[in-house]
Amino acid sequence: MLRQMEGSRAVAEAVALCRPEAICAYPISPQTHIVEALGELVKAGSLSPCEFINVESEFAAMSVAIGASAAGARAYTATASQGLLYMVEAVYNAAGLGLPIVMTVANRAIGAPINIWNDHSDAMSQRDCGWIMLFAETNQEALDLHIQAFRLGEELSLPVMVCMDGFILTHAYERLDMPTQAQVDAFLPAYEPRQVLDPSEPVSIGAMVGPEAFAEVRYLAHAKQLQALERIPALAAEFKRAFGRDSGGLVHPYRIADAGTVVVALGSVLGTIKDTVDELRADGHRIGVLGITSFRPFPLAEVRGYLERAQRVVVIEKSLAVGIGGIVSTNVRVALSGVHLHGYTVIAGLGGRAITRKSLAKLMLDAERDALDPVTFLDLDWDAVNRALQRERETRRSGPLAEALLRDIGMVGGRIA
Amino acid sequence: MSTQPIKFYQTDTFTVGNRLLAPHERSVQADPRRANALNCGHRACQGCGEALGARYAIDAAMRASGGRLIAANATGCLEVFSTPYPETSWQIPWIHSLFGNVAAVATGIAAALKVKGQGDVRVVAQGGDGGTTDIGFGCLSGMFERNDDVLYICYDNEAYMNTGVQRSSATPPAARTATTAVHGPEPGNVFGQGKNLPWIAMAHGIPYVATATVADLRDLEAKVQRAMAFRGARYVHILVPCPLGWGTAPDETIRIARLAKETGLFPVYEAEYGEITRTLKLRKPLPVEDYLRPQKRFAHLFMPEPRREVITRIQRLANRNIRRFGLYEERPWDAGALDALRSGSDA
Amino acid sequence: MSMHKPFAITLDVGSSLANHTGSWRTSRPVYVDRLPPCNAACPAGEDIQGWLYHAESGDYEAAWRVLVRDNPMPAVMGRVCYHSCEPACNRGQLDQAVSIHAVERFLGDEARSHGWRFRRDAPRSGKRVLVVGAGPSGLAAAYHLALFGHEVEIHEAGPMAGGMLRFGIPKYRLPRDVLDAEIARILDLGIALRLDTKVHRILDSMRAGRFDAAFLAVGAHLAKRTYIPAGTAAKVLDAVSVLRSMEGAEPPLLGRRVVVYGGGNTALDVARTAKRLGAEEAIIVYRRTRARMPAHEFEVEEALQEGILIKWLATIREAGDGAITVERMVLDQHGFPQPTGELDTIAADSLVLALGQEVDLSLLEAVPGLAVEDGVVRVDTGMMTGHAGIFAGGDMVPAERNVTVAIGHGKKAARHIDAWLRGTTYQPREKHQRADFARLNPWYYADAPQTVQPALDILRRQSTFDEVQGGLDESNAMFEARRCLSCGNCFECDNCYGVCPDNAVVKLGPGLRFRFDYDYCKGCGLCAAECPCGAIEMVPEAI
Repeated sequence: MLRQMEGSRAVAEAVALCRPEAICAYPISPQTHIVEALGELVKAGSLSPCEFINVESEFAAMSVAIGASAAGARAYTATASQGLLYMVEAVYNAAGLGLPIVMTVANRAIGAPINIWNDHSDAMSQRDCGWIMLFAETNQEALDLHIQAFRLGEELSLPVMVCMDGFILTHAYERLDMPTQAQVDAFLPAYEPRQVLDPSEPVSIGAMVGPEAFAEVRYLAHAKQLQALERIPALAAEFKRAFGRDSGGLVHPYRIADAGTVVVALGSVLGTIKDTVDELRADGHRIGVLGITSFRPFPLAEVRGYLERAQRVVVIEKSLAVGIGGIVSTNVRVALSGVHLHGYTVIAGLGGRAITRKSLAKLMLDAERDALDPVTFLDLDWDAVNRALQRERETRRSGPLAEALLRDIGMVGGRIA
Repeated sequence: MSTQPIKFYQTDTFTVGNRLLAPHERSVQADPRRANALNCGHRACQGCGEALGARYAIDAAMRASGGRLIAANATGCLEVFSTPYPETSWQIPWIHSLFGNVAAVATGIAAALKVKGQGDVRVVAQGGDGGTTDIGFGCLSGMFERNDDVLYICYDNEAYMNTGVQRSSATPPAARTATTAVHGPEPGNVFGQGKNLPWIAMAHGIPYVATATVADLRDLEAKVQRAMAFRGARYVHILVPCPLGWGTAPDETIRIARLAKETGLFPVYEAEYGEITRTLKLRKPLPVEDYLRPQKRFAHLFMPEPRREVITRIQRLANRNIRRFGLYEERPWDAGALDALRSGSDA
Repeated sequence: MSMHKPFAITLDVGSSLANHTGSWRTSRPVYVDRLPPCNAACPAGEDIQGWLYHAESGDYEAAWRVLVRDNPMPAVMGRVCYHSCEPACNRGQLDQAVSIHAVERFLGDEARSHGWRFRRDAPRSGKRVLVVGAGPSGLAAAYHLALFGHEVEIHEAGPMAGGMLRFGIPKYRLPRDVLDAEIARILDLGIALRLDTKVHRILDSMRAGRFDAAFLAVGAHLAKRTYIPAGTAAKVLDAVSVLRSMEGAEPPLLGRRVVVYGGGNTALDVARTAKRLGAEEAIIVYRRTRARMPAHEFEVEEALQEGILIKWLATIREAGDGAITVERMVLDQHGFPQPTGELDTIAADSLVLALGQEVDLSLLEAVPGLAVEDGVVRVDTGMMTGHAGIFAGGDMVPAERNVTVAIGHGKKAARHIDAWLRGTTYQPREKHQRADFARLNPWYYADAPQTVQPALDILRRQSTFDEVQGGLDESNAMFEARRCLSCGNCFECDNCYGVCPDNAVVKLGPGLRFRFDYDYCKGCGLCAAECPCGAIEMVPEAI
């Protein structure tokens, strides 16, 4: 059924259609609307039976989810940014224990400096935590990915993180197709845990494993993610049959067949990128797009398959591996091992900085001319940066960098002083 | 399994069992069919108080729940010695997740059971003093505040034993640990403000809070049984001496726990909804020196010569407990025993 | 639910049993039985802890049957034994000793009221044994010999069985129906008792009766005398005669003021008897102090309560008509009384000498090999005299003279006689190590005072021969029995089973105790440290 609704509300309702039995909530922007909506659904009795637990921290949120999942309940939580970092130990633990928890990450920057706006720093910090990580391009996909995530996670006994851009998606109102309960029930069978805490068949979960078996345990986690490379497209296909639309899968290619230049990205920015590509294509530029939906497992073969015939690849990513540059681009490069092409890393949209079509168009044209630096920071205020660097060179102790920069930019200078 | 109302003069209520008692009056540990929730083959040190306390408590909870019990366990000695791959000593459904999250994991289990309509299955969370009073404190407080249906059991051996005896916020003043060396004017652990977890638990107003030691099995079992009679958050804090960390002989574990109680340093009591309902009286008050002296972690208080001022400060802590909890009722045959302790410490 | 459990992270229950932690052990716990101090102190060799164990659970018949393995007269002994077990009792170091004699007496009385009989299971040996004397020692020997399957005949010189139990102990301490019942139960084993049959020559009697062995226990019935100048009208008697005449039709005439000379239990018995016979004054004259009096303290206390006067540090110089003259004494530095020359006069209608007894050894004349020393018969460690086949015990051999010793002699002699008759030697079982107080963990025992046996109302007992000491009722007896610490012997308190952190103690069920599972026992020693009664020992492992 088509409805005009906020992304967060849509995700909440989709999650509710998946009949979760335990939902753990600790508020953090921009995730709040999701758990608020779920709390309301539980309280109103429309999502039942389900325990909605207001926990005291994200660490507890993930821990409660671990307990609930291990006891055989379908468990869900949502977080963002600092919250994700605060729960990291439990995030790794859930993966290690193979508990199919589904978590929404409403992607947001990580401080300091504290910043509530969107980028992918939070999720990217967890790229090796063992979770399956799916990035939604649109709110429709966000909604759909949650339904697929429960099915995927429970089939493989692995937790799944569904990433959706904070504010850009979570707080955006759009027309969405909300499936019916019957559709979801037909697609998603009841949770049948691979291991469960059950007095009639007791087991010990979470043993200490020493050098004699630890590597094997880790390899098996890796092998499960490799299995996911097969299951993700299969589920997307099944989903399409059941729900009538393309959602999920490993990658989304766009106008890529004849592209000499391919732009690679994750999440909602793909929309702007595709619009820009359409404009440039109209001017005769052979530019294509490859959206990556499954960041973990990383679809090396698919990425290579789509990129190996291009002359250049531009990876636009909303995260920065400080000291080296890109994160997504590093992964893409692994896929392109042995392939000779120009590769560019573009760091964009950090901390909610708008990524405009204008800037993207200029970027793509520069790329086509191979006039890009290997690591490019989109729309960076070089004046501010250079002033700060200059001051650093002059005085070893020049004060907090962030505040100095803001003062330089003149945004909050008066108030800070 | 409860403490008997009738005085049983051959052994009173102190022994584990007694052939003279009716079967239903005997302790869980006297039962040849007890759960042995923590089974043979575990790798705890010789004379481990925690291994003992865990079996006492969990077996009692098993009896109270009719064998329908799930346990969550914090990281620590108990977890490490009980479940090194490929062997587990637990005979009940058991999960270990992390050091600081056991209360939350238990909350999750309880939530799952509730949703699934398995209200007969009960949940126990267990951790050491580090996992309880320090790193797991936030989750524990949250569990208390929400009044989740979990019995949390803290096995308090007063330091981080698993990592090699480092100080925790449950480490007593003056005790030597690997991170409270015996140097300077205040050798060993500092005289801080303490962190009285049972009292903090009581401040949450949860249905049931109790302290116990491995030296009084019947009391411990009665408390676990009582705790299991409530729904909601419950907290039982059990003193479990650690031979390795405290520097005592393996066969002294129970005696040391007994001395901790009999000196008043470890008050044994229970509370319901934030109010103390019962305290275990001292049979005969003993000076704290009797408790401190056998333990190598306090050896610097007696060598090369006794540090009277420190011992006196510790005696004051005991005296305060005796006063605050009403731990002692004078009886004709030991009249003046308490005064003797007080005179040495002017408190 | 079939589960494909994750590798290594998730483990199946019971898997730790593969880890045999017993290999860590440097010393191993071992269950032991130790000799409780009460048992060690009992002259009759009673397994006191053993019978209290059954009394604790209310199985009084089982308790009585364990008791009578060593002593066939519990109702009597519970009353008259001086219970040397009780000062030895470890509980005395905790609060007060267990009142063992009171429980023993209770069991004896239970046996009487329920009519429990002895069982004679052993096959007949065809051997005949002559027991001379139907006192406690002779009766005990006859009982044990009968149980061994021998044919026993008792020859008693007097008109009634019981010996000093009847003729030396007043009725108020031992009611005669109690005595008669226990003697009858012994004789019921098929023992022949011939009264008024004095053995003049033992070898003649043995030959005449075709006896294969003999046990002599004629007691010490001859009163010792001392020279005291006495007036013609003075009435001077001896204690043995006074007490013996209490068993006759006519009580002895002692007058209103009776003086008893001596400091032993017999002196007290006579004074208390005199009081009961109507004497206004009964005065004991003793040459030393109360602390040095050989009589038992509780008897002194009871006598004083009854109004008996005791004149300490005095000897009798002269017995006149209606009065005696005494001389005051002082103790020298060695504690011996020395005369002071100061004289006192005490009004007295009679003087009873209670200065000890001697043995009538006339039946032993012309027995080859037999040796007499200091008025008693010498015996070897097996109670045999110098003449093969003739054994002796009780007051007529060198030992402390009391009924419990006598009963013990009877048992011991019977064992040796039995062996001798079968051509073997009796080998006593090796004694267990002592269960000292230091081996106990007294924390586990509650503080509980001794049950005090109800004492007869003072006035009543001064004028009658009713039993002074009342018995325990059933609940009291069980209470008292349960005060037993079971020193050195497992009483199945489950402590070891409970306190083992490694579940390495196996509970075998009621009466079967426990077993260690050395596959898992790490040797921590908690079981030994927390065993209340010291029945576990840690033994170093061999390398």
